[in-house]
Amino acid sequence: MPFRRVKFTFKTERIQSPVIYELGHKFDVVTNIRRADIDSENGWVVLEIEGAVDEIERGLEWVREQGSDVNSLDGDILAG
Amino acid sequence: MTNVQSLRCKECGRDYPLEPIYVCDFCFGPLEVSYDYGAIAKNISRESIQDGPLTIWRYDELLPASRDNAVNIGAGMTPLLKADNLGKELGLNNLWIKNDAANPTHSFKDRVVSVAATKAVEFDFDTIACASTGNLAGATAAHGAKAGMNTMVFIPSDLERGKILGAAIFGSVVLVNGNYDDVNRLCSELGDDRRWAFVNINMRPYYSEGSKSIGYELAEQLGWHAPKHVVVPVASGSLFTKVYKGLQEFAQLGLIDSPETKMHIAQPFGCSPVAKAFIEGKAHPKPVVPDTIAKSLAIGSPADGMYSVGIANKTGGSGTIVPESEIAEGMKLLAETEGIFTETAGGVVISTLRRLAREGVIAPDEETVVLITGTGLKTLEAIADSVETVTIDPTIRSFDEVVTGAPVS
Repeated sequence: MPFRRVKFTFKTERIQSPVIYELGHKFDVVTNIRRADIDSENGWVVLEIEGAVDEIERGLEWVREQGSDVNSLDGDILAG
Repeated sequence: MTNVQSLRCKECGRDYPLEPIYVCDFCFGPLEVSYDYGAIAKNISRESIQDGPLTIWRYDELLPASRDNAVNIGAGMTPLLKADNLGKELGLNNLWIKNDAANPTHSFKDRVVSVAATKAVEFDFDTIACASTGNLAGATAAHGAKAGMNTMVFIPSDLERGKILGAAIFGSVVLVNGNYDDVNRLCSELGDDRRWAFVNINMRPYYSEGSKSIGYELAEQLGWHAPKHVVVPVASGSLFTKVYKGLQEFAQLGLIDSPETKMHIAQPFGCSPVAKAFIEGKAHPKPVVPDTIAKSLAIGSPADGMYSVGIANKTGGSGTIVPESEIAEGMKLLAETEGIFTETAGGVVISTLRRLAREGVIAPDEETVVLITGTGLKTLEAIADSVETVTIDPTIRSFDEVVTGAPVS
């Protein structure tokens, strides 16, 4: 099954939202958190998302629409 | 190579075999090369280094690939120049410029790609690849050509013609119809699907080690000691962390005294997640969408940003955000005082230095090195509106009138 390793970075106002829980319920994907650091102002989560490619992409787009940054685990590949 | 022990996760410390992998399966942390410093200490000395080639490969005991296999077009041992004119301008009496524009493809990327390409050969890859809007493209294309490998350099199709040609001359450029994010995504997918040596994906643990050589060279060229300050342009943060690591390794091996070097982050206003995190006292840079003329620093999601913030804090360094309008000013100031035409990233560094000197963060007599990572000839458009010329008729009269301002009799 295809998977993506990504990092979500949450805005302060989204810290209390169950974004990952909802991602797993709204879309046919399995989320697997590996590392995270969240406090009252900032938060990021490194996780693996498994599912059909289209479903993963739709899910990640939904996360972006919720106001969270979605980045490749590798950081930006395109370098100067 | 016997000095290299494993790849080790920077987060959880798990060890992995020396393979073309870059992320910890357990915690998804980045992998870094770990060395047997006890073994290295038995073989390395100031003399053994000085007897080596005038390239990064003089430090091969501390690189993860063999000098015997090196894909070498002469990266490294670039000039460290005393910058008295610029220092006088800024009130600094002990200022040095590490001019990495003097590398074969005119940027520090030759250091990292030389190591990545060598490792790619050792791993028996037949294709080396990268995605770049500038310096990395030229370095990868050139080293791929030297290694006789298939080379894939992915460049956004709307990039300036000069930059495309600068890499395409080596015969390996693929233009991608798409924006920054499109190229990132394509290359991430290609990196997953193909057995290619992607220099800053699966070769990243090895590739990034090449930047340590700047730290080694600073220490060696200063007479075997570390400077008090180093000002570094930050994109992904890899260069910043590895210059620091290089100085630390030299101290660990007894080649220099323990460094008290303060590491300073320099970023442009249009892409400053790392400097911003430092200034705001946060450990984790928040990703941004880059919008800066300093294209070589346009990394909105910096993989080593968090580690860079940590080092700046640990060393008593700083983070500076340079207004976009001061980038060309910095480039001009360096050119007019020291005769060095730097890229926009260098303009960010010089403007950062000016601020640090003005604010007293760097005292006048403290030994300071600024890193100039590439040449301005690749980014001429950045200074098009800042540089003035005069035009005369082909007569002495016109010359006197326009240039010398002498009264015409």
